[in-house]
Formats: sequence, structure tokens, C-alpha cells
Amino acid sequence: MSLAKEETSGQSRILLRAEDVWKSYDEGAIAVLRGVNLEAAEGETVALCGPSGCGKSTLLHLFGALDAPDSGRVTVNGVEVNRRRNLLRLLRHEVGIVFQLHNLIPDLTLQENCLIPTVAAGIDHHTALARLHQLAERTGLANRLGHRIQKLSGGERQRTALCRALMNKPKILLADEPTGSLDERSGGAVFELLLDLVATEGVTLLMATHDRSLARQCDRQLEMHDGRLHEPASA
Amino acid sequence: MIFLKLIVTNLLRHRIRSFISIAGIAFSVAAMLTVVTILQGAIGMFSGILSSDSEIIVFERNVSDLFFSNVPAAAVNEIAGWPMVSHADPVLFGIVSSADHPIITCFGVTAADARIRKATWIAGDKRAFAQHPDDVVLGERAAEFLSAKLDDHVPIGHGVFHVIGIVKTANGFEDGGVFMPLDSAQNFFHKQGTSSVITIKLRSKDDAASFKSRVKAAFPNLVGLEDAEFTRSYSQFKILKATAWAVGGCGLLLGGLGVANTMIMSVFTRIREIAILRVCGFSNTQIAAMIFGESAVVSMLGAASGLLAGTCLLCVLKLVPALHGYVDVTIQPVVMLIVILLALLTGIAGALYPAIYAMCIRAVEALRFE
Repeated sequence: MSLAKEETSGQSRILLRAEDVWKSYDEGAIAVLRGVNLEAAEGETVALCGPSGCGKSTLLHLFGALDAPDSGRVTVNGVEVNRRRNLLRLLRHEVGIVFQLHNLIPDLTLQENCLIPTVAAGIDHHTALARLHQLAERTGLANRLGHRIQKLSGGERQRTALCRALMNKPKILLADEPTGSLDERSGGAVFELLLDLVATEGVTLLMATHDRSLARQCDRQLEMHDGRLHEPASA
Repeated sequence: MIFLKLIVTNLLRHRIRSFISIAGIAFSVAAMLTVVTILQGAIGMFSGILSSDSEIIVFERNVSDLFFSNVPAAAVNEIAGWPMVSHADPVLFGIVSSADHPIITCFGVTAADARIRKATWIAGDKRAFAQHPDDVVLGERAAEFLSAKLDDHVPIGHGVFHVIGIVKTANGFEDGGVFMPLDSAQNFFHKQGTSSVITIKLRSKDDAASFKSRVKAAFPNLVGLEDAEFTRSYSQFKILKATAWAVGGCGLLLGGLGVANTMIMSVFTRIREIAILRVCGFSNTQIAAMIFGESAVVSMLGAASGLLAGTCLLCVLKLVPALHGYVDVTIQPVVMLIVILLALLTGIAGALYPAIYAMCIRAVEALRFE
């Protein structure tokens, strides 16, 4: 089954593409992805819904080059990610990742955490700082830059993780249950911010979530069951 | 800056562990510095004995130790008569023991020897030297540990000797030694008609090469070496130097294991954090650089502390009367450089496995790691 973006104009560029992707663990004993096909166009927001263990995170990891498929092709911005030499460029410039847990380094400040991707990519400090201030203003973290992570609330931590993911101006944002560790109110605020940033930055969003109300705010919702993708019946 | 901050933060996160590693390297460096400096000082002292008012030393070819060298008196007489030679002084080395001191170095010398002529006589008159066969002159420290004064009779080895003078020298071996008339020493050590070495003062240093050639031609069983050549080639010195570096090296190896342990623990306890860095685009090289950076900081702090501690220790040792003249606090720059390089190499070697381990961390698995 191919769940491709319906191209209303011939100019929509496909940034994420999975073609007949299979992935299993424990030497094939646990099949997680079974012939997944997916396309997401530039600037599109796509929500992946489904129960725990259905393969949402695994698919995100494949697009983020954190894992490799057993078979099939995964391409990001036209480049196959299975090839090792593409991985660094992908992680530094093409893709930003936000996890359910913020995954920030606790002993560093908010500013230092956000600057890590720029250090990895060799972006000069002044340019990086300017970008950080811009993002911090928009995420309401401008007055928290010098604070250590332990001093931040859950929502602030997740907003910091969002800033970090967008620091190098990626074309794609992969979000794995970005509000999953937050209460409803904080989660809603973070998601609103995420959508706002994605829209203004022109980023393609692929988000795994349990929360259907959040998923409905995306351009497309896809259901994942038993390692396969489906269009939701109600969509 | 963030990269450096990551390095410093990681070290500060486990302060005690980092401190123990730094201390391990510091102790190793201090031990190496102290042992090498003391032994080099001792070698310098021994060389100093031989080069006292002389440029060349003649001794028996292929002996492992100068105490076993036998140079016939005929050779001394002939060499002393060569026109290029200003003076040739035979010296016989011997080791004796007294009641409380297992090793006392004896120098059998003539009255014309520079050691007698140039020493500072604290007691006695140098003109009295070698007038009687049982007369001895004691170095200042030897007089101290033998509790001997001028005109005392002291038991040394199997004999009793009359102290006719006490001299002060800057050389630890000489200061702790006993000077005997050459003939007496030859009888005492059953080496009649021989000396251990001849120390040679040339009229011109330019004659050194021709002098050595002439020794080789006239006395095939003897060899003449300039002081620097002797210090470089004397097997005992080589053994001492090798021992010093080996002892210090073992210390550094232990320090290196400490660094390895710290770095391994450091990597194991932040697998998730390394995975985050990977997700943020850190390459293998950047991950390894961070680990090696931490290790280098530990090594360098350890080396600096060790150099400081070693220098202080040497200063303290210099104040110990028993070590007077043996300890030279002057640390040679080359020794310092080698010690720092060895500490750095130790640190890098200690970080090798942790760095490889860190490079092999797969982000997707590590992010599930708790």
C-alpha cells in the first residue's frame, strides 16, 4: 500500500519517502515494519497514530538514520539514508529529532544544550547564538538561556528540545510522542508551538503520537497497525 | 567552547573519580621524575669523580664495572710521559664496609690528585696526605657517619686507619668516601701495581682524538674515552638509566590503568548522553575527540601536579643529610618533556578502549538505555 501525498500541484517536493520498508528485531523474530510505504511533501505535517509497539518510533528512527531497514528504501530529501556517508549530513542539516523524553544533557545550560548541534555541524558561534536567540524568543525561553536543565519545568524542557532540533534549520522534523511526557495543558501548548514553528520555518513534520486530537491538527493522519500503514477510516 | 564545556562538565560530574585519576598520574609522574633525577644526579656525581680536573678517562677495555678494571702502573707511567698529557692520575676504586655502614667507597689516589689538591680541607693539612700507609682522609659525610674526628683511628673494612684530614666536596660519592694513599689502597684491596682508571688532563683538548688513538695502539687492552663519551657508553650508567625509566614507566602504567578505569566508567555512565550527541550530529571523530580530550585534561593536570610534587620531594630529599650531594634538584628540560609526553601518551592509551566503545554506541539502542 502506498500512502503518498496527494500532489495537488506538480510542484510539491517529496522530502520523506519509504518504499516497501521491512524491519524486524531478534533476527526476524519480531517483525516491526512490514512493507511500509510513505511519502511526505515539503512543508507537510503528517501524524502517525497507533498503539504502542506498532512500529511508529521505528519508522521515525529509520527516517532519522538512527537505524537501518532490513529491506526497502528510505530516502530523505532524495538521498537514501542507509548509506553511511549520508548519515552525518542528514543529522546535522536535514533532520531534527524530538523525543518523548527531552533527552537534554542535565549538567549543561539551556543555551549550551541548544548549541550542541551547531558545534557538531561546525556552525560559527555568533551565527548559532543569533539563531538560538531567535528560537528562544519564539518559544518563550529567552529569559531561561543560562538556566540548567534541572531548573526548567517539563514544558520548558520539551520546548528546549524543540529549539535544539530546529537549531540547524532542518528541512524535516521527526517528533516521537513530543508531548507524551507532559500533562494535557503543557502538552497542548508545546504542540501548538511545534505546529507554529513548523509552519513558519517551512519544515516537514512527521510525528508519532497516541493523541488523536493532536493528530487531527496535522495535514494528514496515518494509522499504523501491526507494522503496516493505513489511512484512518474517519480521515 | 561548548566542546570544551562538555569535556570539563564530564570531569566535574564525578569529581572524586577524576581527582583519583589525576592523583594516579601525578604520583606516577612524581615517582618517575624523582627516581630519574636522583639516578641522573648519581650518574652525574660519579662522572664528576672521573672528570675532576681531567678530560679523558683510561680504563680496561670491555669491563662491565670500573671496580673490576685493572690498569697497570707501567701504563700510568708511560702515558704520563706523553707530550700531549698535562697530568695522569691513577685512581683505584674499592668498596669497604664498617660496623653500621655496608658500603663505603674508597678512593686510592696520589697526593697530586685533584681530589686532594682542590678539596676544601675542613680539618687537617693536605701536605700530610700519603706520608704514612695507614693514613686516610675522610669526606665530610663519611666523618659524620663514622663519628670520626681528626687524629681518630677508625675501623674501616678489615683495617684501622688514622684520620689525618676531613674534606668537603660538592660530590656526594666523594663526600661519603674515604681517600687512601694509592699504595695503601692497592695493598688493602689486593691490587698491587694496578689502578682502576687513569684520569687524564691534556695540554690541549684538541689532542683528545690523537690521544685516544695512541692509547689504542700502545695498550690494546685499555680504552680512552672523553668524559661525555664515557657517560654515554658506560654500561652501569645505561643500566641505571634504563632501571629509572622502567620504574617510572611502571608507575605511569598504573596511572594509565587508573585513567582507563575512569574513562571507561565515564563512558558507561553516559551512554545515553553520547547517543544524544550522535542524534545531534556528532561524528565518531568528535565523540572520540571528546573522550580523548577528557583523558588529556586528566593527564595534563596529573603531569603538572606530579612535576610540582616531584620537585618539592626532591627539594625535601636534598635537605636530608644522608643524601647530601646525591640529589640534584635541577630537573633537566628533556626529562620534564619526556615525563609530560609519557603522561599524555598514558592518558591517550587509557582512553583508547573507552573512545572505541563510545564510537560504537548506537543511538537508537542507547536512547532506550536507562
